[in-house]
Formats: sequence, structure tokens, C-alpha cells
Amino acid sequence: MRRPVDRNAEPGEAAEESQPDMLADDAVLDVDDIRAESEVDAVLDRLDAELVGLAPVKTRIREIAALLLVDRMRARFGLSSSRPALHMSFTGSPGTGKTTVALRMAELLHGLGYLRRGHLVSVTRDDLVGQYIGHTAPKTKEVLKRAMGGVLFIDEAYYLYKEDNERDYGAESVEILLQVMENQRDDLVVILAGYKDRMDDFFRSNPGMSSRVAHHIDFPDYSVDELVAISGLMAAEHEYVLPADTAAVLRDYLERRMRQPRFANARSVRNAIERARLRQANRLVSEPGATVTKQQLQSLEPADFLASRVFTDDAETQDVDDDDA
Amino acid sequence: MRITQGAFSYLPDLTDDEIKAQLQYCIDNDWSVAIEFTDDPHPRNVYWEMWGLPMFDLPDASGVMLEVDACRDAYPVHYVRVSAFDARLTRQTTALSFLVQRPPEEPGFQLERQEGPDRTIRYTLRSYAGDRPVGERYGRGDS
Repeated sequence: MRRPVDRNAEPGEAAEESQPDMLADDAVLDVDDIRAESEVDAVLDRLDAELVGLAPVKTRIREIAALLLVDRMRARFGLSSSRPALHMSFTGSPGTGKTTVALRMAELLHGLGYLRRGHLVSVTRDDLVGQYIGHTAPKTKEVLKRAMGGVLFIDEAYYLYKEDNERDYGAESVEILLQVMENQRDDLVVILAGYKDRMDDFFRSNPGMSSRVAHHIDFPDYSVDELVAISGLMAAEHEYVLPADTAAVLRDYLERRMRQPRFANARSVRNAIERARLRQANRLVSEPGATVTKQQLQSLEPADFLASRVFTDDAETQDVDDDDA
Repeated sequence: MRITQGAFSYLPDLTDDEIKAQLQYCIDNDWSVAIEFTDDPHPRNVYWEMWGLPMFDLPDASGVMLEVDACRDAYPVHYVRVSAFDARLTRQTTALSFLVQRPPEEPGFQLERQEGPDRTIRYTLRSYAGDRPVGERYGRGDS
């Protein structure tokens, strides 16, 4: 009877399955071959195509991918290759794509062979911290167990620790997290996310956490160009089209919106498009005896955006007379 | 005497990596995995103590391994087994069950014969370890 062998023991096992014998010390490896062999490029290209901007994030991911390649090559020479620490902290304003990147990161690390399953477990303080003594530890462990083999994404992680209340159970949760982050490094990647200043406070009061998080990645705010590019992607995702004149209006809209309070980057773009969809639907339906074409159903017109309060609140709008809403 | 109970029990004890691979197989089949322990090795002792609740929603075996290790820590000289339950309609039964820990020394069983009327003999098994109270059966007590 054949003994079962563990296929999950090592990351990147797929490529190592057909591993040739160890190379001599003076052998030379072709990096391009190794690159082609692993699917790093496909993963990175997809990342570039799907995410606009976010240069620091992409750089970091490139580095991680490169390390994976180097580790594989080192393994061919029989050099030790330990898994890098991959716990991360994502800081940035609302709507800069922290959650989206975390999701991608899970797929990516799975694709690169660092994670066995590549699922994302997204939690907040509620899911980790209990309500009474003795409740926190099992709750946190339960979540950690679910996240094994994937990414544990802790949104607004700073709520875990309340400085002014030393009896808060959050500290216990942080302690367990730290322990698992240290001991179970091969099994899961923890990503902490939150607003920059509050995360800084959080790390200051939890130095142990700060040192165990290897990658502190700051998400910059998007520029208008990037936001317009994002809106194109979002529209395409819902199979809508933004004609050139609409894109111009949208750019104007975003410039105005950015000056207003509570601007939430990509999230605001998403909301703008959602509202434009509503207005477009209303426009198409409310015309008496109207007929529609596929093209009409797909395209968001300038008017759909111009009806927004962002324009009407402002006295110097130039296109407001086109508004049919 | 080495107790052979559940799957793989005629093989050498599985290593942790092998256990993990088996657990992953269970999880990939959507079976819920439960950990049970006992120090009564009698073959008819089918209802073992449960270690926590069965695990239904773990996507990866290392979560289960975490619990297996916790159970081993708490009961270092007990029998610990993992059983996977297949809840699919038409099956609804334990799909796989195997030992993941056994005591270092297993004294085995005595075959007892009881005389009945007309020279009939009734046989029964008595575990030597079972003579001692629960928790002290395999040396180093822990409960």
C-alpha cells in the first residue's frame, strides 16, 4: 500500500514536483526560463491590468514575486530558501483600494505558491473580540482557523486595541494574533488595514505587532487621471460604456467632488457611476413611446452625471442647461 | 499490543504532514472533521469524548491540525482520533476515521471466558488499562 505523501507541505510545490537534480556549484541558470516556468508574469500582468495606479503596492508585489523566483533558483543549487515574512499592513485614505488589493493579494500569493488555498477571510473587531472574559480567545482562534491557508484581512485593525481602556479584551486578541503570526507563518498571512494616522498609533502601542509586520504599504490617494481610468474599468465591469464626452464630464465631476468633504477616492467613483446608472435608467424609461437600442442601454451620457448635486451646488457650471433631468 | 482501529491503523503511525494531507482530503470532499479522544481502548467503546465542536467551515487542514495539536497537548497519553462526517443525503455517515495519537504503551486486552450452563463459554475482552480509573490509565495522568 502506498503511503500518502504530503503535497501541501511546501509552498510552490507544483513547480518543484518535477525538480531535476541539484545543480553543480558552477552551473548557470537562465532567469527567463525560470520566469516562464513559474506563472509570475501572468499574475503580475493581470495585476497591472486590473488595478490603476498604486505604484508602491505594485512595486512591493514585484519584489515578493522576484524573491519567489530567487528562492526557486536557490533551491536548485541546494541553498536554503525560507519563506519570507508576508504579514502586511495597508494604510491609506478610504477608497484607495486596500480591500481590493487584499483580495488580489490572496489570489496572488496563492498563484505564486506562498499560500495553499488563497482565500480571504475579512474580519473586523467584532469577529475577533468577545463580550466577556474567556470569550475572546476561542473567538479569535476560530477566525484564525478559518483563515489558515489564506489571508486574514483585519479591517480597521486599530479598533482592536483601545489605549484608554486596559480592561478591553482587544489586547487579548492582539496577543493571540501575534502568537499565530509568529508560529504559523507558513499557514497564513495577516493583513492589517486602516487609516494611516490611526494605524500608526496602533503600531506605536503594539510594538510587537509592528515588528512582525514585514510590509508596511501606504496607499496613496488617486489622481484625477487615475480616477477616470478607474471609472472606465468600473463601467466596463457592468458592461457600460463611457463615451468621450461623458468621460470629460466625469473628469470635471471628479475634480469638483475631490474638493468637497468626505471624498472617498474609488468608492466615490463607484457611487457616481451607480447614481448615473439610476439616472440613465430613468431617462430611458420615462420618455413616452421611446425605443431603445443596445448602444443606448450601454452608454452613460453626460447628462447622467451632470444631474449630480456636485454640479448644481456650484454656480459656475457651464453645461447645466443640457440637463434633462 | 498495538490497537488497530479506524483507517491506516495497520500502517506505521502517520506523520503530521501525512495527517494533514488526509485532513485536506476530507475538507476537499466537504466532510466535516471532528476530533475525539478517549483512554478506554475497548473496541466497543464507540462514543469518545469530543474535543470542541466538529469543524464545518475550515478551508485548510492547518486549522484542524491546530486543534489536533491542542488536543494532544491537553491529553498527551490518550487515544486521539479524527473522524470525518459526510453529511450528503444518501450517505450521512462517518466517511473516514483514523487515530492521530496513541499512548506510548498499550498493554492490550485479556480474553475472559465465562462458564455458562451446559458447558457454554462466553468470551469477553477486558483491557488491562481499563483497570485503572479514567485519566490514569496510561501513566502520566493529566485530567
